[in-house]
Amino acid sequence: MPDTRYTHPAIVLHWLMAVLLMALFSLGIYMHDLPLSPDKLKLYAWHKWAGVTAFVLVLLRLAWRVGHQPPPLPAAMPGWQKAAAHGIHQLFYLLMVAIPLTGWLMSSAKGFQTVYFGILPLPDLLAKDKELGELLETVHKVLNLSLAALVVAHVGAALKHHLRDRDEVLSGMLPFLKRKS
Amino acid sequence: MKAIRLALTALLLASRSVHAVEFNHFVAEQSSLQFVSRQMGVAVDGRFRRFSVKLAFDPARPAVAKAQLELDLASVDAGSPDADGEVVGKPWFNVKAFPMATFVSKAIRPLGGDRFELSGKLTIKGRTHDVSAPFVFRQEGDNGIFDGAFVLKRLDFGIGDGIWSDVSTVANEVQIKFHIIAAPAAASK
Ligand code: HEM
Repeated sequence: MPDTRYTHPAIVLHWLMAVLLMALFSLGIYMHDLPLSPDKLKLYAWHKWAGVTAFVLVLLRLAWRVGHQPPPLPAAMPGWQKAAAHGIHQLFYLLMVAIPLTGWLMSSAKGFQTVYFGILPLPDLLAKDKELGELLETVHKVLNLSLAALVVAHVGAALKHHLRDRDEVLSGMLPFLKRKS
Repeated sequence: MKAIRLALTALLLASRSVHAVEFNHFVAEQSSLQFVSRQMGVAVDGRFRRFSVKLAFDPARPAVAKAQLELDLASVDAGSPDADGEVVGKPWFNVKAFPMATFVSKAIRPLGGDRFELSGKLTIKGRTHDVSAPFVFRQEGDNGIFDGAFVLKRLDFGIGDGIWSDVSTVANEVQIKFHIIAAPAAASK
C-alpha cells in the first residue's frame, strides 16, 4: 500500500502558509478601509513583509513538491473528483504565486517600494504609474477573492473526505490525527 | 542723447567684462522643488508644483546675491492621492491657515569652484528657522542652473504633529532638492 501521508516538510509548509495566508487576507481587507494614520502605514508595511514571506514560502513549497509526489488520492474517488482536486491544487499554486507578485508590482506602480523588514529593498519592477497601480490593486483583490472561494471548496472537500467518506485524505495532511488503517 | 546712450552701453559692457552675468529671471517651467520623505523606512518621492523665486545671482559676486522663495503648499504632490489629501490638513501643512511657505536668503557663500552655500530663514506654518543648503551653480546656454539639497526636520516646523509626530513611521528628516533655472536679465528683454 502506498503511503497515505504527506512528507513532513510538505505538512509544515502547508499549515504555515494556511495560517499566514488567512492572516494576510484579513489584514489586507482590514487595513484597506482604515483612514490614513501611522498605524495604517505600519499595517501596510507588515502586510507587505508577511506577503513577501509567503512568496518565499510558496517557492520553497513548489521546489519541494517537484521532488516529492503527494500521496495518491483514494482509489474509490470518482474520476471527476480527482480531476477537480488536482485542478484546485494547481490553481492554489498559481494564486499563491500570483497574489504576492501582484502585491509587489502594485506597490512599485504606486510609487512605494517594498523594503523587506525595512532592510532588504526589493527592486521596483515597474515604474510609477497611477492607473497601472490601481489596476493591479483590483487584480490583487480579485485574485484574493478567488483564493478565498477556493479555500472554502478546499476545506469543504477535506471535511467531506474525513467525515463522510472516512478516508485518509485529511489525516494525510495533519501532523497529529491517528491514521485509520 | 546719443552720447548718453553710448556711455551707458559702454558702462554696461564694462561691468559685464568685470562681473559675470547676473541671473535674476526665474524660469518656472523648468525649475523643480522635490522632496523625499521616509515612511516605514521606505523613501517616497514628492514635489511642489507651484512656487516662485526672486533672485539676483552673479557667480562672481556671491556676497551681494539674493534669493527669495514663495511656495504654495497646497500644490504638493506627496506621492499618492491619499497622502495629498492628508498633508494639506491641519496636522501637516494646515494650508487653510498657512497657505504659503517662504524662504529669504541671508547669505550666499562661495565654497570653491562652482559650489556655494545658501543660508537664510525658512518659514512654514508660522515658524521660522535658519536653514542652509549647499548648491552647485552651472551655466547652460544663457541660463544659470542651481542644484542643491538639504535636510529639513519636519517637526521643527510642526509638520505632522499629533499622532504623526511618531518619527518611527514617518521620519523627521525630509530631504529637499531644488533645481532652479534662471535666465540673465539681458536674455529676458
Ligand atoms: C499571499 C500573500 C498575500 C495575500 C493573501 C494578500 C492579501 C491581500 C488582501 C485580501 C488585500 C485587500 C484587498 C482590497 O480590499 O483591496 C490586500 C491588499 C494589499 N496588498 Fe496584499 N496580499 C498578499 C501579498 C502582498 C504583497 C507581497 C504585497 C506587497 C509587497 C502586498 C501589498 C498589498 C497592498 C499595498 C494592499 C493594499 C491595497 C490598497 O488598499 O491600496 N500584498 N492584500
